[in-house]
Amino acid sequence: MNISTQIRQDVLIVRVEGELDMHVADEFRQRIDTALESGVRHVLLNLKGVTFVDSSGLGVILGRYKKVSAAGGRMLAANIRPQVARVFELSGLLKIIRTFGTEAEALNSL
Amino acid sequence: MASKNRIKMSFPSGSENVAIARVTAAAFAAQLDLTLNDIEEIKVAVSEAISNAVIHGYGDQPGEIEFTLSLDGDRLEFVVTDYGKGIADIEQARQPSFSTDPERMGLGFVFMESFMDELAVESAVGKGTTVRMAKRVPAAPAH
Repeated sequence: MNISTQIRQDVLIVRVEGELDMHVADEFRQRIDTALESGVRHVLLNLKGVTFVDSSGLGVILGRYKKVSAAGGRMLAANIRPQVARVFELSGLLKIIRTFGTEAEALNSL
Repeated sequence: MASKNRIKMSFPSGSENVAIARVTAAAFAAQLDLTLNDIEEIKVAVSEAISNAVIHGYGDQPGEIEFTLSLDGDRLEFVVTDYGKGIADIEQARQPSFSTDPERMGLGFVFMESFMDELAVESAVGKGTTVRMAKRVPAAPAH
C-alpha cells in the first residue's frame, strides 16, 4: 500500500494505492488519523490506485467516516474502480459516502 | 482444460499471508473461464476466511492455517482450517454487523455468503474452525 495525504483548505485528500486488507489496516488507519489531527473538516478518499478491498479495509474507512461525521464533516470518495465499488456497495458504505468520478468533482460538491 | 485439480497449502498465521492466499485462489480459479467479477468475489471471500483465522482463530498468536483449493467440473471449493480458539456461537458470528472488535464491520461472513454459492462453518471451542465455501461456475458458451 502507498498512501499520500494533502490538505486543501478544510479538506484532507487521501490518495491510496494497493490492496486494503488486514495487513495494511493499522497503517492505513494511523496515517489518516494523524493527518486528521491538523484540524481539517472533510475527507476525500481518492481510490484510483486501490485494486482490492475487503472488510478490514472497509472497517478502517467506516471508522474514519464516523470520526469525521461526528465532527460535522463529510467523507467523499473518488475514482473507485468497478470491482472495488461492488464490495463497497454490498457493505452499505455507498449509502453514507458519496462517490465521484474525479477529485475535482468531489471537491466542487463541498 | 483441467476438470479436476487440487492444491493444498499450509502456512503460518500472519497478515502477510492473506494476500498470498487470495492471489493463489485467483490463479487457481483462472483454470475456469471466469469473469473479472467472479475472480474478485473469490478473492474477497478467501481474504475474509483467512483474515478470520488470523484475527479470531489465533488472535495474533502463532498457529498454522491450512488452505485447500479444489476444482471438480464447474465447482470450485475453498477450505480454510485453523486450530485456534474456535467459535462459540456460529449463528451469531454469521450475523451481519456482528463483530468482536468495534473497529471492524462484522462483514466477513456476509461477504463469504454473498460471493460464494455454498458456505459451511464447523467449529469447536478450543479446537479450531473450518470454513468450507464453494462457487459454481457455469460453463462458458462455445464460440
